[in-house]
Order: sequence, then C-alpha cells, then structure tokens
Amino acid sequence: MTYCPGPSALPAAACWDLAAPQIHFILLFSRQGKLRLQKWYTTLPDKEKKKIIREIVQIILSRNQKTSSFVDWKDLKLVYKRYASLYFCCAIEDQDNELLTLEVVHRYVELLDRYFGNVCELDIIFNFEKAYFILDEFIIGGEVQETSKKTAVKAIEDSDMLQETVEEYMNKPAF
Amino acid sequence: MKPLETIEVLQTTFFSQRMPAPIRLRELIRTIRTARTQAEEREMIQKECAAIRSSFREEDNTYRCRNVAKLLYMHMLGYPAHFGQLECLKLIASQKFTDKRIGYLGAMLLLDERQDVHLLMTNCIKNDLNHSTQYVQGLALCTLGCMGSSEMCRDLAGEVEKLLKTSNSYLRKKAALCAVHVIRKVPELMEMFLPATKNLLNEKNHGVLHTSVVLLTEMCERSPDMLAHFRKLVPQLVRILKNLIMSGYSPEHDVSGISDPFLQVRILRLLRILGRNDDDSSEAMNDILAQVATNTETSKNVGNAILYETVLTIMDIKSESGLRVLAINILGRFLLNNDKNIRYVALTSLLKTVQTDHNAVQRHRSTIVDCLKDLDVSIKRRAMELSFALVNGNNVRGMMKELLYFLDSCEPEFKADCASGIFLAAEKYAPSKRWHIDTIMRVLTTAGSYVRDDAVPNLIQLITNSVEMHAYTVQRLYKAILGDYSQQPLVQVASWCIGEYGDLLVSGQCEEEEPIQVTEDEVLDILESILISNMSASVTRGYALTAIMKLSTRFTCTVNRIKKVVSIYGSSIDVELQQRAVEYNALFKKYDHMRPALLERMPVMEKVTTNGPAEIVQTNGETETSVLETKPPPSGLQPANQANDLLDLLGESDITPVIPTAPTIKPASAGGELLDLLGDLNLTGSPVSAPAPQIAQPPFLLDGLTSQPLFNDIAAGIPSITAYNKNGLKIDFTFERSNTNPSVTVITIQASNSTELDMTDFVFQAAVPKTFQLQLLSPSSSVIPAFNSGTITQVIKVLNPQKSCTWSLVLKASMPRSPFGFAGKEHWYRKLDGKEEENGLSPGQFVAAVMGTVYVVPLVMLVFCPLEQLGFVVCLW
Repeated sequence: MTYCPGPSALPAAACWDLAAPQIHFILLFSRQGKLRLQKWYTTLPDKEKKKIIREIVQIILSRNQKTSSFVDWKDLKLVYKRYASLYFCCAIEDQDNELLTLEVVHRYVELLDRYFGNVCELDIIFNFEKAYFILDEFIIGGEVQETSKKTAVKAIEDSDMLQETVEEYMNKPAF
Repeated sequence: MKPLETIEVLQTTFFSQRMPAPIRLRELIRTIRTARTQAEEREMIQKECAAIRSSFREEDNTYRCRNVAKLLYMHMLGYPAHFGQLECLKLIASQKFTDKRIGYLGAMLLLDERQDVHLLMTNCIKNDLNHSTQYVQGLALCTLGCMGSSEMCRDLAGEVEKLLKTSNSYLRKKAALCAVHVIRKVPELMEMFLPATKNLLNEKNHGVLHTSVVLLTEMCERSPDMLAHFRKLVPQLVRILKNLIMSGYSPEHDVSGISDPFLQVRILRLLRILGRNDDDSSEAMNDILAQVATNTETSKNVGNAILYETVLTIMDIKSESGLRVLAINILGRFLLNNDKNIRYVALTSLLKTVQTDHNAVQRHRSTIVDCLKDLDVSIKRRAMELSFALVNGNNVRGMMKELLYFLDSCEPEFKADCASGIFLAAEKYAPSKRWHIDTIMRVLTTAGSYVRDDAVPNLIQLITNSVEMHAYTVQRLYKAILGDYSQQPLVQVASWCIGEYGDLLVSGQCEEEEPIQVTEDEVLDILESILISNMSASVTRGYALTAIMKLSTRFTCTVNRIKKVVSIYGSSIDVELQQRAVEYNALFKKYDHMRPALLERMPVMEKVTTNGPAEIVQTNGETETSVLETKPPPSGLQPANQANDLLDLLGESDITPVIPTAPTIKPASAGGELLDLLGDLNLTGSPVSAPAPQIAQPPFLLDGLTSQPLFNDIAAGIPSITAYNKNGLKIDFTFERSNTNPSVTVITIQASNSTELDMTDFVFQAAVPKTFQLQLLSPSSSVIPAFNSGTITQVIKVLNPQKSCTWSLVLKASMPRSPFGFAGKEHWYRKLDGKEEENGLSPGQFVAAVMGTVYVVPLVMLVFCPLEQLGFVVCLW
C-alpha cells in the first residue's frame, strides 16, 4: 500500500497556485464542530487536510452570528453560511466572487432539500454518500456544472434508479 | 469423491466458517452515534475496522460495497481508512452500478495523485468513459475532473475530447469541466480541445453553456494566443448575456427573479478577460455592461453578486469614463448597505480600484474610515488596508489620528500590520520630523510588542538622521519608559537613544519641550532595571547593556558605576550578553584609550527608497552600496570627515598585481591593520565617529548567528577568515597591510570549490564609498575547478586616505547561477514578498532580511548575503 501523507508536506499555501480551481474545497460541519462532508479539489496530504479542517472549523465557530460570511484565510477566502445546525463552508480564490459563492452554497442546500425533502442534519449524517452524489452532480473540479435545479436532481434520481431495484433493496441491500 | 462434490463441500465449510453478514451502514452510523465518549467511539470503530479488514481479506464481493461505504464514514470521523484504497479500485471494476458509484466516491475521498495506486484506475476510467450508460460515463468524468493526475489526464484527454463533442448535454457539460481540469494539470494539452470549442456557445442547455464559458475562460487565462483567438466571441457572449437579462421568467434557471446568475457571472468574467487591454472588445461590451449595471435588481444577494462582477469587469477593461463613474458609485452604494457581506465586497473592490481611480475612491473616505469601527474582523481588515491606501499628504494628520485610534482598540491580530502600515505612511507623508517621531512613538507605546522587529532599526535610523530632534526624542523616550518598560520594541529604541544621546538628556537641552531634570544615576537606574527585569527579552538586554557602555563616554561622573555593571554581566547566563560584557570589559581594561573613539556617536545613515522587491533584486549592486554607505551628518560633529580627498588609484600602480598562490598569512603585527581598516583611530580626544553601535547591535538583532569574539583578537590584527562557505563554495579572506603605504589594506581572496562541477564565470566585485579607493586586481582565473583541485586568488586593495574612520565597504561577488543554487535564495525571495519591504530596506532591515551569515571580526563586520544574481554580497563596516 502506498499510502503516505508524508511529514514534509508543503505548507498549504504553496500547493494552491499550480492548478487553481474556483472552489478549493467544501466543508460541512455541525455547530459542535463535527465534520459532515469534505470535498477537496486540490491535492493535499491527509494530515494537512485534517489540520486545515480543525483550523477552519475553529475560526468559523468562533465568529459572531452578526458578522459577514467571509473570512480571509491564508491566500484564500472562506465563504460560509449556517443553515440550521450545519455550517457550509467553501474556500475560494481571492479574486473570486464571494457573493456568488454564497449562491452556490445556497443552491447546494436547495438541491439537498429537494432530494431529501426538508433536509436536516440527520439526513446528511445517515445518507452522507447521497450528499456527495448530489454535490458531484452540481460541482466538478471546483466549478459549477449545472445551473438548473431540476436537471441536477433528475440526474441523481435517475442514477438512484440504476443503483438498485426495490426488490434488491428489500432482500439484500448493498449498504 | 467426485470433483464437483469436493467443491460443494469446500464451499459449505467456507460459508460455515464465514462471519455473519456485516452490519449495515446506517446501523453502524446509529451505533457509533450512541457512543458517549471518544474512547467508546474509538473502540467501536476499531472493532468494526477489524471486521472490515477480514472481510476484505476474504475477497468478499457481496459486501465489499457496504464495507467501503462504512469505511468512508469512519474516514470522515477522522479514522484511518487507507486500507480501503484497493477495495475502491475493485469496486470501480465491478459491473454493478452501485459498486461503481461507491467505488468512485471512495477513490475521490481516499486516493489522490500522490499515491501510485491511483494510476491503476486509469484503465477502468477509460472503459467507463466509453460505457453505454451515461451515468457510468458521468461517474468516470466526475472522478477524472476532480482528482485526475497529470499522467491520467495525458492518457485520457482523447476520450474527454470525444465526449466534449457529443450531443448529449449531460456528458458534454461534464466533459467540458474535465477538459478544464486536464488543461490545469497539463497545459500543453490545451490545443487538443480547440476544435471542440467551436460550437460550444451555440448550445441552448445552460449547463453546457456555463461549463463552456468556464473552459474558454481557462484557455484564455493560460494562453495569449487563445485569448486573441477567442476575442471574436465577444458579440456572441454579449448576445447570450442580453438574452439572459431580457428574457422573461424561466422557472428552471430563476434565482429570486434573476435568470441564471451563475451563467451571467461567468460570462461577465470571461468578458473581463477578453476586454482587458483591448479597445475594440471593450467598446463592444460597453452597452451590455451599462445595461446589467442599471437593470439588475439588487434587493437580494444574488443581484448584488452580478452587480459586483459587473463592477469588476468595468474597472478592468477599457471602459468609458461614464461607466467607470457608474461602477464606483455602485460600490459607494454597497458601502452604505446594511448587509455586511455587501460592505465587505465593496471594500474589497475599492481596494482593487484605488490605484487606478484614486480620487473617486477618496470621496468615500469617511465611510471607509467608519468601517474601521465595524465589529467584523474581515470588514475591519479591508477597511484598514483601504485606509492606508487612501492616506496622502493632504489628509495624513486626520487619517493617522483615526488609524492610531484603531491601533489602540483593534484585535491583536491587526496590530502588527497596522503598525507597519502607519510606519510606512508616516515615512511617506510626514508633514514634519517632529510629527513623524511623535507618531512612531505613539505606535510603539500602543502596539507594544506587536510591532515587527524591523521597526526598531528603522526607527533608530530615522532618529539618527533627524539630528535636530535628538534631544527631544531622547527625552520623550526616557519619559515613555520611565513607568513601563515591558514593551520590548519601545524599550529597545529608548535604550539605544539613551545610549547615543544620554548626554543631551542629562544636560536638558531640549528646545521642543520643557526640559526635564535627570541625573546620570537616574538614567543608569532605568537602564539597569531593564537589564534586571524579567520582562526584558535577551535582545532588549543587549540594547540596554550597549547603551550603558556608550554612556561611559557621554557621562562624566558615573564611569565607575558603568564599569561595575559591565563586569557583573561578564558572568551572565545569557551567552550573547556575557560576550558583549566581556568585550566591553576588555575595552575598559586593555583598550581604554580607544574607547571614546569606538563609542562615538553614530553617523547619519542614508536611506534609499526603492519601489518594490523586483527593483531591489535588479539593482542589487547599487542599492546595497548606497544603503550601507554612511554619510557625515550635517552637524559639525565630525570635523574630520570633511577632508575626504582621495589619492589617485593610479598612483598606486606599483602594487604587486596578483598573488598567484593563496597565502593565508596571519599578519603578525598587532593592532595596526585593524586601526588601519577603520581609517586611523587616532587616540586624541577629538570626536571621531566610529561604527561602534553597529558592531554592538547587529549581533543582537541577528540573534543566533555565528559571531566571533569582538575584541579578543585585537592584538593579532585581523585574522584571516572564511568569508563564505556554503554549497561547496568556500571563500577565505586574508588581510594584510601594504608595505608601500600603511593606509592601504590588502585583502586576498581565495576561493575553492568542493562540488563535483567546475564553477565558471566567477566574478568578484567590490564597491566602496566615495571617500575610499579600491583597486581590484585581476583574478588568477575565472573558473574554480571542482573537487577542491585548485583555487582562484584575487587581491583587493582598499585605500582609506581619510583620517576619520567612518568606514563602509561593500564587496560583491557575482557568479552566474551555479547548478546547485544558493541556499539563501529562498529566504531572500520570501522576505521580499512580504509587505514590510515595499518601501526599501534600511541597513538594519537589509541585514535582517538577506542575512546569509554574519561574521564579526575586530571592529569590522562582514555580512554575507546570498543573492539571486550576485552570488553574495559582503559588507564591511
């Protein structure tokens, strides 16, 4: 197995520039600081990712409710929004549109909501893989791929149909 | 037994030994959530992991998918899951869609390009890209677009290009983003996608349109040729944008009454890139930008997002002046918005435009200054940066008042930046010297220890150069530290000034302010308390000790007390302090006749302002020369300095040209060379300036650098030193006094190379102040052979005809980039990127910023700094 995070990993900032996607990573975490979803569009060692997550969760949770949704962090900007008990946070490039990123976050929440129907944190905990599938239908490589809610949700539902027939689900569910 | 039966029996035993079906994913999640402590959770996970591992070992196909899914959940909780990497690959290779879906998800989460395993996926992805089901193709595209390494991208770019040309919009949009990823990873593959871009914008599907615009943007940003090629698309993009804002309500793409803001913003951004520096394209998009800017509904965030992007585009392209005014006014409106997010972007974009439209931004100054009082740190930071950008000669007093108030009240994280900003602005726009010094003093007292290290040498330099303010400054500083000597930078500056100008303090000559009555003992009291205090940093103590030492020549009746203090610290645990004390002690005992000259007041330093890091690098030679050059102060402190006529170098032509072999002769005669190097330190009582403060300070400033004992070798003259020894290049200096003329110092340079490659084009250069003369004899060779198999020698002769001893010499060795590069280079770059150097480097900063190694030899300091093109710079004080 060649898994090795490597202790001599570059500092986070040094890794950004080569191939910079619009969104570097997306994190979902609860008010208690529990990670609910992580999607990385830049390559970083596991150890570094964990460090970043800890740092960002701490920064954002310590912010007052009345503050803006943007935080400067290293060379990047964090755009975050709280929906009920969950924080959605994107790291974007300095020149990117923060206000639009808020819309991206909101659209993702809408997609989750449409898929699950009145989505809540528990839906995302117990169906975390679905949350990833939905995200992958909305964003690829840090860029928005679909601007229509209807199309995105339909793609997920159609994929679900392929996944397992009802019969299969009842008798021998995959997971 | 028949073979078939055997198999059957084996199977039955196999299944009977097998563990029962693993628990389901949701069941596991539920169980883990019941854990009340971290330890309990860990135990559960470990148990489950063991089960999963053994299931993996059994190559169980039925439940592999379930097991990997569980592993992904544990991975999210922060537990190691790398042992599932290969299982993901197996799932991807499976025929079942469920397996593939989880397999690809797992691969994206557990694998990346740093593990070779990921390459095993390449073939599976290739097969799946050609699969008959679009959702399988979609999974493959998504994975490639999220985590494809450059090797993978090279292998699969052809498939992506094929999919980019399909009519299936579901695949096309994904392929477009995959192409973006491929281009980011392997830019040279860009041209491959050029034919496929032809019809992309004719597409009606918004997903495809959006991703196509992203692809075009990526190509334009990466290649000027592509940019030129795609300029022709401007009218088409304008049309699409116009349709979006004019068309009626379309439920599919509507966001709070705005049609597809995602696409609008993307088009605006592409227009910005296409219109930049291009009059025709800018002209073509003027109208639509005006239309978007005026027609967009701004009651909701989404409208403001579009407006914000529009403003950025207007400011970046060659737009009409009316449009620019409109844009700045939009930002002005943003500034007054109740929504903090909108205020934040207003400040951000004003910051971007302040360089080009300074006056327009200036009109919003008071609103911006108000934002300094915002509770949100993000807004505060932007407001602070913008405020600094708005300071000019007219408003400097008012703005500084606000910024000093801000400095006082802001969070600790801002203090360092704010202090540096104030220093820079004060330096640029100070209406008077006194105001400047007052301002800096305010910063030192309010920001305290947050002030960056470079501020201290900077301020010292400023004070030194403001000759008429010395008495005032030292009095103010004395008063400032009287009550509180915990603020290190303040105490350092104050100690330095008291050391330098203690006589002015005691004599009460201050004209600017009511003079205070201070006795010599009181001054020494405070310096001694700094030495004793627990709050003082080691560097600060160094400053204090040196100050006390200097006062031995400035005070009349307390010399014995000073001697005592100095001797006490000869046994300090702090090595630096001890060394200093021992040296000073030696100065009292053995070289008392030299003391007054050595501790003479610092000369005025010339400051060179450069505009940016790039310039410093390019003009290295000149910059350093002048930075380190010292200039006599305007006051009559150094009468000897006036005589600076030089002997003609040509008159020295009888000097032996090159010393072919390298003599590392240690000069036998005592002291003479040293005095010589410093220009004659004649021991009359007449004030002669000496570099004593510099000798005393840099070692403290550059804590932890190698320094040789300062005075120990004084009797042996200047010992030969290894000036540079890094990356295989070793340079030794040998000092000698010329036989023909005692005021000529001969420095022999010997360079050797221990690497495996010859160093070619080695050039050693030197520069000295105008009052000196320098003769650089030709080197024995310009190639230093490898493996220490030979050396280059070169002789430098330095003539110091002047009887004063303000001494400064810059030597510069230039060498083309050698194959190994210089270790110090990176450091140099990084420091230059920092903001604090933007306005040039003062000597103190310079030393701190580019130090390679600092050597202190008796009364001569050598600084070796590896630099980009220069190899290194040597400075001698």
